Amino acid sequence: MKLIFKPFFAIAAVSLLLASCGGPTTKKSGNSGALSGNAAEKVYVAPGEHDSHYAFISGGFSGQLSVYGLPSGRLFRVIPVFSQDPEKGYGYSEETKPMLMTSHGFIPWGDSHHPDISQTNGSVDGRWVFINENNTPRIARISLETFETEEIIEIPNSAGNHSSSYVTENSEYVVAGTRFAVPFPQRDMPINEMKGNFSGALSFLKIDPEHGNMNIDFQIKMPGFNYDKAHPGRNASSDWFFFTTYNTEEAHTLMEVNSSQNDKDYIAAINWKKVSEYVANGGGEMQAANYAHNTWDNDAHQATTVMEKEVLVVNPMDIPGAFYFLPTAKSPHGCDVDPSGEYIVGSGKLAATMTIHSFSKMLKAIEDKAFDGDAYGIPIINFEAVSYGTLDQPGLGPLHTEFDSRGNAYTTFFISSEVVKWNIKDLKIIDRHSVYYSVGHLMIPGGNSRTPDDKYLVAMNKITKDRYLPTGPEVCQSAQLFDISGEKMELLLDFPTIGEPHYAAGIAAEKIKDKSAKLFNLEDNTHPYAAKSEAESKVVRKGNEVHIYMTMIRSHFAPDNIEGVKVGDKVFFHVTNLEQDYDVPHGISMIGANTSELLIMPGRTTTFTWEPKQVGVWPFYCTDFCSALHQEMQGYVRVSPANSNLPITYTLDDEVPGAEEEL
Amino acid sequence: MNTIKISIAFFATIFFTSCGGEETVATSHDEVKAVVEQVEEVAEVVEEVAVVNTSDLSKGVGPITSIELGDIDEALVEKGKEIYKGNCTACHKMKKRFVGPSLDGITSRRSPEWIMNMILNPEEMVEKDETAKALLMEYSAPMANQNLTEEEARAILEFFRSRN
Repeated sequence: MKLIFKPFFAIAAVSLLLASCGGPTTKKSGNSGALSGNAAEKVYVAPGEHDSHYAFISGGFSGQLSVYGLPSGRLFRVIPVFSQDPEKGYGYSEETKPMLMTSHGFIPWGDSHHPDISQTNGSVDGRWVFINENNTPRIARISLETFETEEIIEIPNSAGNHSSSYVTENSEYVVAGTRFAVPFPQRDMPINEMKGNFSGALSFLKIDPEHGNMNIDFQIKMPGFNYDKAHPGRNASSDWFFFTTYNTEEAHTLMEVNSSQNDKDYIAAINWKKVSEYVANGGGEMQAANYAHNTWDNDAHQATTVMEKEVLVVNPMDIPGAFYFLPTAKSPHGCDVDPSGEYIVGSGKLAATMTIHSFSKMLKAIEDKAFDGDAYGIPIINFEAVSYGTLDQPGLGPLHTEFDSRGNAYTTFFISSEVVKWNIKDLKIIDRHSVYYSVGHLMIPGGNSRTPDDKYLVAMNKITKDRYLPTGPEVCQSAQLFDISGEKMELLLDFPTIGEPHYAAGIAAEKIKDKSAKLFNLEDNTHPYAAKSEAESKVVRKGNEVHIYMTMIRSHFAPDNIEGVKVGDKVFFHVTNLEQDYDVPHGISMIGANTSELLIMPGRTTTFTWEPKQVGVWPFYCTDFCSALHQEMQGYVRVSPANSNLPITYTLDDEVPGAEEEL
Repeated sequence: MNTIKISIAFFATIFFTSCGGEETVATSHDEVKAVVEQVEEVAEVVEEVAVVNTSDLSKGVGPITSIELGDIDEALVEKGKEIYKGNCTACHKMKKRFVGPSLDGITSRRSPEWIMNMILNPEEMVEKDETAKALLMEYSAPMANQNLTEEEARAILEFFRSRN
C-alpha cells in the first residue's frame, strides 16, 4: 500500500505546487529580452537552408578555431590549429605533426586568440583567416577553401603573442605584437633589472598575395612595455598601425597593482609603410634567431618544418617620423579604428573615460611637433593635440569596439556586462544592452574593415553562470547575437562556444561558400607513399619498419589481410582514400595503436604508425560511417613473434590487390 | 524484371518452407551444414538469373541522351584503360564479380548511354533507373561517383567496347 500512496502523494504535491505558481507568469529579468518581438523568427534557419554569414570564433585555450553559422548559432566545424585533435588526426598523423613543431620542440597545445580575415581594398575577401597563439608565440594561416591550417610560423623574441594577428587592408602584412616584454634576444639576467633592459617585439609578417605564405619581413624592437591589442588604419590612415600598451611602468612583479600606476598609457602609432620601405632599401640589422616555420603542402598532403635562423630587426630610432606614442586613458585593451580611418578608439579598461584620437589631428600634431617629451626616444604627442574627445562614464571596464557603416561604435564593458552603442562624431550614447555575463570582445562581420555589414553583432562572454543547464563546475562560455539593423540593439540568441571565445571574424557566406573545396584530386596527389589505385597498394619491409601502402574506397581496404608483421616492428599505415566524391571521407584505426584514428578526405593520403606488442591476429576498421557496408569495412594484420621468419604477404579477396587479369 | 523477382521469391519460398515451415530448429552440425548447402544452392540459381546478366538497352537517366559510335578508336581505348585502372578497379574486375559486377561484355548488355550515365550520374541512376535500382539491391554497395568528365567516361566506354 505504501508503494501506491507514495506516488499518489507526490503527484498531489506537484499539482499543488504547479497550481501555486500557475497564475500570472513571472519572468526572470534579463532572460526575457529575446522573447519580445520576433527574435525566434530572425534566427530560424529552416532545415536544409543555409545561414547568411560565417563566424570564425576563436577557441581560446582549446587552441582551435570554430566555424559557426549566423544567425542560427550552429557549430559547423572546429578547425584544429594549435592543438592536437584526435577526431581529425591533426597533430597525430605523421603528415600533420610538423605543424606543431616549435623551437621548443613539439607542442601539443596552444592558446588561440584573434582571428582576422584577409582583406582586399579594405574589405574582408574570404581567402584566409589568420589567428595568433598567445603562449608560444605563433601565427597561423587557415585556408578558407579547405578550412584547414596551411601554415604556422613561430615569432622569435616575443612572449605572450597578443597584439596579433591583424591584417592590413590589402593583406600586405599580418602583425604579431608581444604582450610580455622580455629580453631581446633572450638572455640570463636578473628579473628585477627588467626596466630599460627588456623590449617589446612588434613583428610584421609579409603575406604572399597569391598563396598567402608568410615570412617575418621585420621585427621592431620597441620599449619594454606590454603591447595588448592592435589595429591597422584604413583609407587615409592605412599606412599606419596602432598598438595599445600597458605596463608602461615596466613593473616586473605584482603587476595588477604595479602596472596600474600611470593614469595614462599609450597607443603606439607606427607608420608601417615607412618601415617597410626602409627595410626594402636595406635598412635594419639581421640578427641570429631560431624559430619554426611550418608549411602544409596541399598536393603532397603533408607539412614540413624549416628552422629559420635569422630575423631582420629594426630600431625605432633609426626611422624618424615613423613612431609616436599617443597618451591614452589607463591600461587600454582594445585599439580600434573606425571604417573611415579617422578615429582611433582606445578602450582604457581601468579608466572612467574612453579616449578617442583623431588621425588628422595626429598628423597636424606631428607637423607642429606638439610633443610632451619622449619615451626611450619615441615622441609622445600632446594629449590635447591628438585627442578628438572622450566618452565619459560610458560603463565599467571598456574592452573592445567595432563599428557599423552608419557612424556608430559598439563597445563591450567587461565589468558592467554590457554592450554600448554610441555615435563616434558627437560622442553620444545611443543605446546600451546587458549581456550575460562579463563580455570580452564583440564582432560585427566586417566590423574592423572599411565596409562593415550592419546586420549582426556577436558579443562573446567569459561567464555564463545560470544561462544554460549546468554541467558541473565547468560551464560553457558563450556568444550572444544581436540584431543591430535598427536604432536599438535587439538580443536574438544565446549560443555556447568552445574554449574561450576571445575574438571572432565574420563574413557574408557568399564570399566563401562556392569556393569551398569538395575533395582533393587523386591525380594531383604527390604524397611519396600514395597508392592511387589498388594495383599500387603493397606492403614493404625495410628492416623493422613495415610500410603499408593501403587504399580505401566504399567499403573495403586494399590490402585487407596482411601477414608477416612481427612484434617489435614499426608499422606505417599510409592510407589513400580513392574516393573522388564529395563528403565521402573514410577513417581508420588499429587496435592498440598509440595514436589517434585518421580521418581521410577523398583523394588524400595520410599515415599513422603502430608498434604491435602482442602476437595475434589484430583487426583494423573504418571509423567514419561511410556506406551501408561500413560495418564490413575492416581487415586483419597477423602479428608473429619477433623471431618469426614468416614473409610479408598481403591480399584482398585472397589475391594480391589489383591482381586483375591483364587488361 | 518481373521474371527475376518471381524467381527469387520462388526459391526463397522453397528455402523457408524447408527449414522453417515446421518450426523445427536446426541444431546439430549436420543439420546446419545441410541448411547452408541449401542456401548456397538457392543463391547459385538466383545468381544465374541475376539482373547483372539481364539485358537492358535503355538509355538510363543522366546527361547522355544520345551517342554516335564509330569504329573503335585505339588511342581512346588506351586512354580509357588508364582511367579505368585508376578509378574503377577498386570495385570492378573484368572477369569476375568483385564489389560491383564484372564488366566484360557490358556493351552487349547495356546501351552506351546507360553505361556513361551510370558512370557520370550514379546517384540519380540508382534512384530512378529500374536496372540500376535492381543492381543496388543486389550488390548493396552504391556505385561511387568518381567525378569523371564526359570525355573520361567516353574513353572508358571505348575501352569496354574494345573488350566485347
